[in-house]
Amino acid sequence: MSDAPTMAPATTTVDPYVDDVLHLETPANPTEGDVTIQNYTINFGPQHPAAHGVLRLVMELDGEIVERIDPHVGLLHRGTEKLIEYKTYQQALPYFDRLDYCSPLCMEHSYVLAVEKLLDLEVPLRAQYLRVFFAELTRISNHMLNLGSHIMDVGAMTPNLWLFEIREDCYTFFERMSGARMHHNYFRPGGVHQDVPLKLLTDIADWLDTRLPRIFEDAISMVADNRIFKQRNVDIATVSREDALAWGFSGPMIRAAGVPWDLRKSQPYDVYAKMDFDIPVGTRGDCYDRFMVRVEEVRQSARIMRQCLAEMPDGPIASDDRKVVPPKRSEMKRSMEALIHHFKLYTEGFHVPAGEVYVATESPKGEFGVYLVADGTNKPYRCKIRPTAFSHLQAMDFMSRGHMLADTTAILGAMDIVFGECDR
Amino acid sequence: MIAPAPAWATDLNDETVEAARAAIGSALLDARVRVGEVQLFVHRDGIVAALTALRDTPGLAYQQLMEIAGVDYPDRPERFDVVYNLLSVTRNHRVQVHVATDEDHPIPSVTGVWPAAGWLEREVYDLFGVLFEGNPDLRRILTDYGFRGHPLRKDFPMTGYVELRYSEEEKRVVYEPVKLAQDFRTFDFLSPWEGAEYGLPGDEKAAPGAALPQAKGAQTPLAADAVVKAGQAQSDTKAPAASSEPYAKTTAESRADTGKGANSPDAEPKPANPDVNPGKGGQNQ
Repeated sequence: MSDAPTMAPATTTVDPYVDDVLHLETPANPTEGDVTIQNYTINFGPQHPAAHGVLRLVMELDGEIVERIDPHVGLLHRGTEKLIEYKTYQQALPYFDRLDYCSPLCMEHSYVLAVEKLLDLEVPLRAQYLRVFFAELTRISNHMLNLGSHIMDVGAMTPNLWLFEIREDCYTFFERMSGARMHHNYFRPGGVHQDVPLKLLTDIADWLDTRLPRIFEDAISMVADNRIFKQRNVDIATVSREDALAWGFSGPMIRAAGVPWDLRKSQPYDVYAKMDFDIPVGTRGDCYDRFMVRVEEVRQSARIMRQCLAEMPDGPIASDDRKVVPPKRSEMKRSMEALIHHFKLYTEGFHVPAGEVYVATESPKGEFGVYLVADGTNKPYRCKIRPTAFSHLQAMDFMSRGHMLADTTAILGAMDIVFGECDR
Repeated sequence: MIAPAPAWATDLNDETVEAARAAIGSALLDARVRVGEVQLFVHRDGIVAALTALRDTPGLAYQQLMEIAGVDYPDRPERFDVVYNLLSVTRNHRVQVHVATDEDHPIPSVTGVWPAAGWLEREVYDLFGVLFEGNPDLRRILTDYGFRGHPLRKDFPMTGYVELRYSEEEKRVVYEPVKLAQDFRTFDFLSPWEGAEYGLPGDEKAAPGAALPQAKGAQTPLAADAVVKAGQAQSDTKAPAASSEPYAKTTAESRADTGKGANSPDAEPKPANPDVNPGKGGQNQ
């Protein structure tokens, strides 16, 4: 150290200005009395309540400062992509519910759009509205889980319990829509599985106007301006625009960094082109911005849902193409041809002409893409799933460096990672 | 394109191909537009220069690497395709960059171009066994610690080779060879009657254009791109959309057609069968 360039005098606090105000002086030898300690390595997870699933973080710590993080993923790997290669196109659909099990319909959305793109299949307008409507309800229920658990990760209990009330409402609506609370299996190539009763739509409309804003705004008002919450999140893990682009960020993560990029707006699918909504953007790219972007997205999702309810036309809810969409049961009872179509579709399935497409939609967590390779048979040749969590979790190392151990839970909470999707 | 797929700036496809030809040069083996998506085929030795050019050339400006996908074609001499999906947020455009390789020849790593490539290359290595030269951390990522083989290769069985369970005697997780309780079943649905590329004897009258599928979803030898283009050509002269009752009878059957005799004038109407519920709302209606 003798030939090292003259270093700035060590100060007692981080900011020299504060030192000056407090009349703190640099001690003669700043390391006098200090004990040299070695870095040590700890395991965070794989079973940790703040790890949001099965994540193992191997952390190298200098005291309480994070020096390096090596995330180990894949503990929930179930071989979804391999299984899909052995299933027909329709049988592959339920696997998508099980990827990001917090936003199942948005996972299905990318897949059915990819299949429809290869088939060049027209989808009736009512089906497109129903898809957008329930995809946005999925976004709300996903954000309820993420916002609530993020708040709880940094120490507040009550808002999470309130936000779970809304999430429970969403699951009740999903159950009335599809019969299943979590794994809906509702979208189909060519439309949706079944029409929804009018009473369900009117109930959701009432809920959007009364219960959702009341509970949601109550819960957020407890934390959005809360001093402790801000101390835990503001200026934690700031990410610049350039970093966000280079690391392949998407969704709320890239919007919080100040890039107004939303696939619903820039690459609209289904009827998003007709929807009028705003894209919230952050200014500092820290954990607080990511949180507040999601808060505003919930309000915008409610806005989209109201527009869907106002504009949704009557009509068929799935394509008329009987080589892709099975007939109704009432038709099946009366028409021989319908019976044959039904039998063929539920044994052999439909054939997708050879081609390769990459279709990505805006899932609540970011860009969820499906790279589908078809070879003309009734099964996908290859179905590569692009999870949002992969790119975000990869950046965990550089985002956490220099932060305290306790900040990693805030960083992880603001990333919104679900391991069903990350590990596939 | 009548499907409601994400609509990005597909009108830039042709000029993208031209700009990519100029920017990449001789490493670009082929460039084409299929199903509305630009596919660039690049030789693996030039991949780093090609992706850097795609990122930094002003008319291309693909800032983000969203995905690296591996595909296995065991019949080809270079069996693996590695597909880089790039996104330009300023031009609102996507492009696929295909690179072919085999088990032995590594692909130069692009971690220097995009740091996000690190894990994506690790995943392709883990699942396919494709090597990436220059990746500083080429470990397995998705499969188990100590896993052997590359599971997404087409010659890797879907059921795998080992299964694990918790052994009560040894008080630990043990690995054993897979035992299937029933035979693994796959069905061959390829029909020689449909979708054949050759003409059938006696069917010479069938025009070459008749190879278009009868309906979307029927078996066809055509690629998706040809189907999409044919659909676009048809939509100009397209008849009104089909009715929402595809199985509705279009012709009334008269007595002369069916040969059915007239009812006897004094025949009484059939008594209603109490077991038959004619109305709607039955269990299977």
